[in-house]
Amino acid sequence: MTAEFGWLTLQNAVAASREAVPDWDADLFRRAILSQTSAGWQVVALFGHLPEREAAVELYVILADHEGGHLHAAKTRVADGAFPSLTPDCPQVHLFEREIAEQFGVRPEGHPWLKPLRFVKSQRPGHDAWNRSEDEEPQVGVIEFYRVEGDEVHEVAVGPIHAGVIEPGHFRFQCHGEQVFHLEISLGYQHRGVERALLGGPDKRTIHYMETLAGDTTIGHATAYCQAVEALAGCRVPPRAQVLRGVALELERLANHTGDLGALAGDVGFLPTASYCGRLRGDFLNLSASLCGSRFGRGLVRPGGVAFDVEVARGTTLLTNLENAMRDVTNAVNLLWDSPSVMGRFEDTGTLSLEIVEQLGLVGPAARACGADRDIRHDFPAGIFRFSHIPVSKAGSGDVFARAYVRWLEIQRSAEFVREQLQMLVGGAARTAVPDLAADRLVVSLVEGWRGRISHVALTDGRGRFARYKVVDPSFHNWMGLAMALRNQQISDFPLCNKSFNLSYCGHDL
Amino acid sequence: MLSILAARWRQGHRTLSFPKGAPTLPDRFRGLPVVDPSKCPTGCRQCAEVCPTNAISLDDAGPRLDLGRCLFCTDCVEACPEGAIRYSQDFRMATRSREDLVLGGEAIHLAAALDSRLRRLFGRSLKLRQVSAGGCNGCEADVNVLSTVVFDLGRFGIQVVASPRHADGLLITGPVTENMHLALRKAYDAVPAPKIVIAVGACAISGGPYIDHPEQHNGAGSVVPVDLYIPGCPPHPLTILDGLLRLLGRLDDRRSGTH
Repeated sequence: MTAEFGWLTLQNAVAASREAVPDWDADLFRRAILSQTSAGWQVVALFGHLPEREAAVELYVILADHEGGHLHAAKTRVADGAFPSLTPDCPQVHLFEREIAEQFGVRPEGHPWLKPLRFVKSQRPGHDAWNRSEDEEPQVGVIEFYRVEGDEVHEVAVGPIHAGVIEPGHFRFQCHGEQVFHLEISLGYQHRGVERALLGGPDKRTIHYMETLAGDTTIGHATAYCQAVEALAGCRVPPRAQVLRGVALELERLANHTGDLGALAGDVGFLPTASYCGRLRGDFLNLSASLCGSRFGRGLVRPGGVAFDVEVARGTTLLTNLENAMRDVTNAVNLLWDSPSVMGRFEDTGTLSLEIVEQLGLVGPAARACGADRDIRHDFPAGIFRFSHIPVSKAGSGDVFARAYVRWLEIQRSAEFVREQLQMLVGGAARTAVPDLAADRLVVSLVEGWRGRISHVALTDGRGRFARYKVVDPSFHNWMGLAMALRNQQISDFPLCNKSFNLSYCGHDL
Repeated sequence: MLSILAARWRQGHRTLSFPKGAPTLPDRFRGLPVVDPSKCPTGCRQCAEVCPTNAISLDDAGPRLDLGRCLFCTDCVEACPEGAIRYSQDFRMATRSREDLVLGGEAIHLAAALDSRLRRLFGRSLKLRQVSAGGCNGCEADVNVLSTVVFDLGRFGIQVVASPRHADGLLITGPVTENMHLALRKAYDAVPAPKIVIAVGACAISGGPYIDHPEQHNGAGSVVPVDLYIPGCPPHPLTILDGLLRLLGRLDDRRSGTH
């Protein structure tokens, strides 16, 4: 199939020449993407790029063939400020096309849902996908929401500020009594201008942007960034550093999954597990803090390796504390599956089908809960995951229960991985020097974060600086999954469904 | 039912003894930075040059570090040839004024309590509305954790509430993105007076890593008056708790020996 179109085939976190990316006309670009996605390839990223001294916007696409373990890249040029939208035939690109329209003022013709995404101005002055004038400031949240008409239909608007301690976003429900017909999610409130600020880098702030892209995924995003930079610089990371990154990534997963299971328990009023897991999440964060001083792993993952090594005694203490926490988590979480009142609320709530998952390109535990067999650690392993394999955790029912249960499976497997790695920690250095980045290269770096596939795509210019740095947080793929899960549910189940996805707002808004 | 009771027995009592007892922190914890200007070689600017948020300025007296901008990373510590900057284990660093966050060699002037009228109102019951305005979910998570059994914020009469109209003040995280500016302003206006504002984290104090981005406003202070600054990226939950208790005049400083 690859030969038919002539894709550039890539490996995860291995750089290639930008010249090798095939430059197709709009028609071939479209046909190739539709053909491959209908054969099961996933859209990792579809993004615009404005080459220097050229007026035409380029579109890059990165596809993942999970079965074959290969990534594929191609590009095209947008002529006359518009291109035929792929969304009607390939719904998983729907947000990418909205993003391209907003950022570059080019129009995906025929997009069924073309609304602003982050409410920012186009990067090309004078070009706006909605023909707004130059001095018109975008107003966040001001869009034409999808509406259901009818005497007994009512609308519920929530946010941007929510009731809990949580990031802002706007949710618009179309309801008939308690029943939700449709939920539309409008974000952008968290937009901090990260991708714009990354251009021309890396510089002294870059790693700090990465660590705060989605602050609860510090290790995941920092690792994706470091893998990208190391590939561009041709730097070989010492095995010990790769192990410690893997350990930190799984500790991040342990903390967040444990916190999520506690929060799910809280949302169905089951306070024992809510209370224990709230505490235990902190115990896992403290394991990360024992490695580097920060509960979120700030400062640990750095280009070339890790900034903190683990002595024998530190590793032993960490393992003891891990065992204690795992014993208590096992005890706390198993209460969920044994309590009919919990299971009655988890089962058949917020159900997604595998078909929807595939159409929308959902990732991570939310996709695996519907039976999707995809995990970057397994399908596109980088670093330590090339040598130590974590089984893919799946469930089949696609409901809140399945999303909770996949997390529990992953907790056990992450703990097993950390045990294995720290018990026989490979020797050698924990960090090495990183040379300058090579010029005119492209790299795709993927990491299975706790929410799912984290994708970073970097293009360097003629001086080895970032000409484009595209970040795709797993939340970007999954917000639409939450909206679909709410269809025909009781609106009172929204908090529970929302928690079962627990998506990032700033990871989406960048 | 029996298994639930057995679990309750097993999981035990987990609330920290703080503020009565001293908490244990990891040995690599990066608390209040300590600057020793006497170690600085003449003309050396290494720390200031590597700092990602330009938190360090240099004058004749040596480096001055702005905790409000500091990300508590290790860039300056690694760059300093003489070890003039190091992190202490001290988690206490909340202040009442922005200026108090800028430190040379001198001791930090920790937050003083509210005046007696506000203490009478809020001292034993403080309800806060949290607004994330571009926060990365780091500060939010470590505010959230205060409500777990470990920190048990409720025992101090402090509670995060769901509406600004139920609140005595705002606890703000994030650099205040342009797209949250109006919502934050509205939330502030909806809190009945008298009200207080607490800025948590480098972003809410100065913009943090996003300082001077046109998409944000360099912190809460540009939108609303701030009564308490709690630095960190994110601040440790104990740093936040210590700040809140100081503001309410509920910590005995003679014990801590810093004043």
